[in-house]
Amino acid sequence: MDNLLSIVTFLPLVAALILGVFLRGEDAAAQLNAKRLALAATSATFLISLALWVEFDPSDTGFQLVEQTDWLFGLTYKVGVDGISVLFVLLTTFLMPITIASCWGVTHRVKEYMIALLVLETLMIGVFVALDLVLFYLFFEAGLIPMFLIIGIWGGKDRIYAAFKFFLYTFLGSVLMLVAMIAMYVDAGTTDIVALLDHEFAAGPVNLMGWQVAGGMQMLLWLAFFASFAVKMPMWPVHTWLPDAHVQAPTAGSVVLAAILLKMGGYGFLRFSLPMFPVASDIMAPLVLWLSVIAIIYTSLVAMVQEDMKKLIAYSSVAHMGFVTMGIFAANQQGVDGAIFQMISHGFISGALFLCVGVIYDRMHTRDIDAYGGLVVRMPAYAAIFMLFTMANVGLPGTSGFVGEFLTLIGVFQVNTWVGVLAATGVILSAAYALWLYRRVVFGDLIKESLKSITDMTRREKAIFAPLVVMTLLLGVYPSLVTDMIGPSVEALVSTYDLALAAHAADAMVAAND
Amino acid sequence: MTGADFAILIPEIVLSLFAMAALMGAVYTSKDGLAPALTTGTALVFVVMALYIGIGADGTRVAFGGMFVDDAFARFAKITILLSAAAVLLIGRDYMEKADILRFEYPVLVTLAVIGMMVMVSAGDLIALYMGLELQSLALYVIASLRRDSVRSTEAGLKYFILGALSSGLLLYGASLTYGYAGTTLFSGIIETATAGEMPLGLLFGLVFVMAGLAFKVSAAPFHMWTPDVYEGAPTPITALFATAPKVAAMALFARVVHDAFGAAVGDWQQIVAFLAVLSMFVGAVAAIGQTDIKRLMAYSSISHMGFALMGLAAGTEQGVTAMLIYMAIYVTMNIGTFAFILSMEKDGRPVTDISALSSFASREGAKALALLVLMFSLAGVPPLVGFFGKYAVLWAAVEAGMAWLAIAGVIASVIGAYYYLRIVYLMYFGQDRAGLDGRMGVAQYAGLMAMAALIALAWLPGVNLLGLEGMAAQAAGTLVR
Repeated sequence: MDNLLSIVTFLPLVAALILGVFLRGEDAAAQLNAKRLALAATSATFLISLALWVEFDPSDTGFQLVEQTDWLFGLTYKVGVDGISVLFVLLTTFLMPITIASCWGVTHRVKEYMIALLVLETLMIGVFVALDLVLFYLFFEAGLIPMFLIIGIWGGKDRIYAAFKFFLYTFLGSVLMLVAMIAMYVDAGTTDIVALLDHEFAAGPVNLMGWQVAGGMQMLLWLAFFASFAVKMPMWPVHTWLPDAHVQAPTAGSVVLAAILLKMGGYGFLRFSLPMFPVASDIMAPLVLWLSVIAIIYTSLVAMVQEDMKKLIAYSSVAHMGFVTMGIFAANQQGVDGAIFQMISHGFISGALFLCVGVIYDRMHTRDIDAYGGLVVRMPAYAAIFMLFTMANVGLPGTSGFVGEFLTLIGVFQVNTWVGVLAATGVILSAAYALWLYRRVVFGDLIKESLKSITDMTRREKAIFAPLVVMTLLLGVYPSLVTDMIGPSVEALVSTYDLALAAHAADAMVAAND
Repeated sequence: MTGADFAILIPEIVLSLFAMAALMGAVYTSKDGLAPALTTGTALVFVVMALYIGIGADGTRVAFGGMFVDDAFARFAKITILLSAAAVLLIGRDYMEKADILRFEYPVLVTLAVIGMMVMVSAGDLIALYMGLELQSLALYVIASLRRDSVRSTEAGLKYFILGALSSGLLLYGASLTYGYAGTTLFSGIIETATAGEMPLGLLFGLVFVMAGLAFKVSAAPFHMWTPDVYEGAPTPITALFATAPKVAAMALFARVVHDAFGAAVGDWQQIVAFLAVLSMFVGAVAAIGQTDIKRLMAYSSISHMGFALMGLAAGTEQGVTAMLIYMAIYVTMNIGTFAFILSMEKDGRPVTDISALSSFASREGAKALALLVLMFSLAGVPPLVGFFGKYAVLWAAVEAGMAWLAIAGVIASVIGAYYYLRIVYLMYFGQDRAGLDGRMGVAQYAGLMAMAALIALAWLPGVNLLGLEGMAAQAAGTLVR
């Protein structure tokens, strides 16, 4: 298959078009058809994307399965994957059928809901496969439209505020990136990411309105990209849109947001910031590391006092993303490996946790932690699954959560001991809030009258969780599944990064001697 | 003055004859009953003329000793003007008829205005420029107050007239200064004198006054005050006209003056244009936030969009003009689609312009709401919709010309502007109020809305590549910037 990636990317969009054009009516049968078609399309996309797994050769550190067509304004439609992006594509295609299946109970404007989710899948995959700057930006930004609608139409009580905040926050972050991309185009004469990875952007200090900017053009570009990815990630202190968006979004929206959309920031750092602006990354790394530590500790503490389950998990996501940025900017093999692993594993775990909230929210229509207690009595299966993902969230060895946190901590410890030490306390804090949440919701006496008739998970719900349970445990005991895929590419990334820094240091030395 | 000179003016002459014939025919039968057919006929004539210009001559031809220029740039602008005016006539017909203001003068006046615009974009001389500008303006003043018995409409016409006269005065003053210091009114003569760094002070003043006059015509801040009032007061089809064809003509004229007459002194006008651009983008974006009337909102939106188009011009390069032309073509497309929808906004059979009427529109009219959603996100500049590529083109031109700060200001303004476009989407999709629009729509309006939305949603796809817009604009810009 010559255009495997295009098929994987656009299949959901085609399904969305079919849904939009041919499906009529709002009755139960039509709704069921919409859900079935969406599920079939996402499942087919996943099955086709498995071919990636087969065709992809991990030992080749370049881009594979590349497709290229001319486009307007001298841009190209170019897609391809390397070791860093291939797993994100698979993560997306893996999670989407689960997401669709989780909203079987939705009855409000089902057709539009399915269309929005399918369009979103295309855009998310597009972000990870795009090999042209503007194409990347296009996918990256366009995702805002369906997400805005998902939060705004199917969200909770304060959904409008959350939708606007989500849109404007992330839009502001990324428009600066657009200007930086154009500046890169003007400087390098191409928007081809493969060519740009080889292009050396000027790193000599420049004078900007009286300010001496170390790292020069690289630094300005780095900052513009950082504005976008830091918001998307989200990093402290620009994370405040996330809890609002999460709380108000419907379950499927939360799952997609936490499991996939947040990974775009980390992916962006790995694709652009580190390899293209190594000097600026090196200068800014300490700042990013400290911001990450603040994120880990501060948001963990904030998570502890939340009354709303979704908000708690949202803050816990911010903390876990702190490990990711920390690993990336440690810029060594363990750190970057760990960051990618953490992102993949967080995709499964946070997705599952939001689904767990969704299960009881569908029954009780409240997310207040105080409204629950003693669920284990009536819902043993639920208690077991919730327990597993709580433990994975804490980072218990044997689950995938452990590997990511451990690797990033090793990575950062070699670079900055204090950051490593402080970040390690985050593991303890996460145990505190996660276990406390679990105790308050699941254990204790079942005294609340409204909970006395609650039912355990249905077979459909169990089926939704099954693949997530398998992946979390599998990656926990056999992490090589991931690290073998990403290893060579990460190694290449790290060594080019080090070489670029060494070359720059040598240049600076020569310049100083002159 | 030879036959060859007149041959170059064939489109303008044909349109003038058509306007006269239509006027005579209608006067002697003295029937407004002819008006609907005449409106459609006029639109068809516009389309035919656009085709004639499109497949007709290429290369650059000059008539009347340089007064009138026919080059790729003029042709690009004329085709855009003719097609958008035709579209506006078609989508506005039903509305005019229903409001009982479809008099036969309407298509005739629009034709005259269009002739004025065509002269404007072909002007190679300050006199020709003024002639075209005034022909356009006088026709538009009358059209703005077409609803004679409405205070709002006459107020809009009067405001437009007084401020328009003021701006014409500024422009004339600038033109006379330019003439005085350059010794000629021909652009090709002015450019000899107006060279960078050694421009006489008087000529510089002339340039500034001419630009102030032109800025009024494109409604760039700080000369934008008339726009919201005129947009709001004029009958909606007229507003749609104001938002499209005259904007293209004025922007093309702007480009023609700064490049043809002052192209050797880019540094002298670049900062002024950049200032106009930044101010327009921000004024348009910020002031629109509080608007509840969709016509006023579109007025501020157009101010902001003119700021972006001016950003392309501020680059002072061929790429800049290309980007400006692309931006204008896309802007016109989006506005025709949006106005096709606004024209159909009715509540209990009466036209409404309050945006709260859009509440929960999506739950009843999914397809139309989706089309408007596409247009709104495109106006906001969100990819992958075509509006984004317009923004991309001008941003690229600005950064390429070393004006990254202008591009940064532009994108920040676009985020502010996104808010009010989102608000319309929010009302349609998240609104709770049930008593909203009737949802009926004329055939032409429906076709206009859907066709434009489809273009905006799909024309960027690889393989479609904006229907070759980029190449045409680049060719047009190539003849202007040397």
